[in-house]
Amino acid sequence: MCFLQRSEASPRREAAGNRGAKDLRPSSGCAQAFFEREELHIQELAQQVVSGLATGSIFASLALALVLIYRSMDVINFAQGELAMFTTFIAWQFTEQGMPLWAAFAATMAISFAGAVALERIVIRPIERAPQLTIVIVTLGLLIIFNGLAGWIWGYELKSFPSPFPTAPIHAGNVTFSSQDLGVIGVTLAALLLIYLFFSRTKLGLAMRAAALYPAESRVLGIPQGWMLALGWGLAAVMGTLSGLMVAPIVFLDPNMMQSIVVYAFAAAVLGGIDSPVGAVVGGLVLGVTLNLLGTYVDFIGTDLRLPVAFAIIVGVLVVRPSGMFGHRRLTRV
Amino acid sequence: MALLELDDLRARYGETDVLHGITLSVEPGAIVAILGANGAGKTTTFRAITGAIPTSGAVRFDGRPIKGNSPEAAARLGIAHVPEGRGTLAALTVRENLALGAFTQKDSKRTRATYERVVSYFPRLAERCNQAAGTLSGGEQQMLAIGRALMMEPRLMLLDEPSLGLAPLIVREIFALLERINKSDGVTILVSEQNAKLALAAASHAYVLETGRIAVSGPSADLNRDDAVRKSYLGY
Ligand SMILES: Nc1ncnc2c1ncn2[C@@H]1O[C@H](COP(=O)(O)OP(=O)(O)OP(=O)(O)O)[C@@H](O)[C@H]1O
Ligand SMILES: [Mg+2]
Repeated sequence: MCFLQRSEASPRREAAGNRGAKDLRPSSGCAQAFFEREELHIQELAQQVVSGLATGSIFASLALALVLIYRSMDVINFAQGELAMFTTFIAWQFTEQGMPLWAAFAATMAISFAGAVALERIVIRPIERAPQLTIVIVTLGLLIIFNGLAGWIWGYELKSFPSPFPTAPIHAGNVTFSSQDLGVIGVTLAALLLIYLFFSRTKLGLAMRAAALYPAESRVLGIPQGWMLALGWGLAAVMGTLSGLMVAPIVFLDPNMMQSIVVYAFAAAVLGGIDSPVGAVVGGLVLGVTLNLLGTYVDFIGTDLRLPVAFAIIVGVLVVRPSGMFGHRRLTRV
Repeated sequence: MALLELDDLRARYGETDVLHGITLSVEPGAIVAILGANGAGKTTTFRAITGAIPTSGAVRFDGRPIKGNSPEAAARLGIAHVPEGRGTLAALTVRENLALGAFTQKDSKRTRATYERVVSYFPRLAERCNQAAGTLSGGEQQMLAIGRALMMEPRLMLLDEPSLGLAPLIVREIFALLERINKSDGVTILVSEQNAKLALAAASHAYVLETGRIAVSGPSADLNRDDAVRKSYLGY
């Protein structure tokens, strides 16, 4: 997950960046050396793919948050990343006060959910029927407010955030994976499974889908549109918080932590289809792996050009296939 | 006391007045028809009753105005609106559509029993339960819309042109079912129709709507018997 690292001085960088060392191994005989190198390449590829999946999981969580709100409101919530940053600070505060890490996570999730529901009811509700541009501008306002608020409360210096996962690497055959990567993938997949079950198996989840897709028809069935929207904000905030909690141990915590992540998440959502939850997840994973492999094997991209590549993907998809991999072309709205 | 009463109900879209004061009442247990040509204001009347559009005048359900005056509030009181075009949640399955019909119901055991009764009325829905509702035929979608409304265990069902776009055979089947539902489930029905003959056969009372006003009203038998009314308003 090396490219999420922001500081060259980070101690974790060495664990991930041992590519050069492998190529210098002594070899005996040409053929053997050839095969050994092949194997090393495959091992490295496997590591880079897993590492990309871990980064991609983080994109996927935040992309899903964007998609959940887009589906019900037809707008991008530009504040999603900052909300995630803010709640991650809350988790940090809990751990500073000595709360066990997983307990802090659970409490933070509950606060994110309730906070976002309240935010929707108080700030978004009055402008629910306003033009989309109005809502977009309000979310931009929230972005600035939460960024400033975090800076004011917690300051701008980088804070290290504890990782919930062990540091010892995990060996699978000849390949070594970082526990951090596998942990991030595992936790994200578990959360996605829960969300999937909620939307497909519960009456409330079903009602939320109906309210997002068929607002007028579902009101007739007694489904309260406004509350479904608020619940959507709550769930989106929980997924955003998950991405913040997973990325903070890697990049260090500060008020600007999520700013590039949210661009990657947006690229992932557009790639998958901005109105498709499955697309957001697949888009996130594909983007994570692609960027990681490009950065590793295409020298000129390195770490610096990854954000521009993400932007290029956004523009490219919007031009070639606006509905993305899984999205639906919007029909006219009633 | 009437289950539903409209008193001088008016509605407009933008600057255009569409309903110019509708007064009608529906007795509990009755089937009442609203007849009228295209553009007479049938759909608008239903939307005004459920509070989907702003109105003036009074709508009383069970003697009281509908609090909150919104489609959600109407549904919670037990008014099931089967809208024109059927309101199919096309991407969801038949089963999911039916489940959402019961959104306002809290008791899941009872919902199961209602589901069993609904599929006994419409066995076709059970056969198609895992199919996307948008892939059903027009007649099947109308059955789904009625079945979904029944899942709410409504006291009053508002049906907006159930015959729209359907073959005569299916339409007769649907009206026969409506009469059965009315009798055995005790659901009061207010149905709008252009097919006056069929609607008058099922309804005890009817109101003929003409450009947003009630032109004639009375017991179905009387309207049917009156040659002048039949010629000028009912078209047969
Ligand atoms: N959304 C709208 N905006 C403006 N005018 C509308 C709107 N909906 C309906 N109208 C107008 O209101 C009048 C009544 O329409 P309404 O749909 O209630 O008629 P209807 O009796 O249901 O007709 P039909 O049998 O064709 O369904 C029509 O003149 C129509 O043009
Ligand atoms: Mg109509």
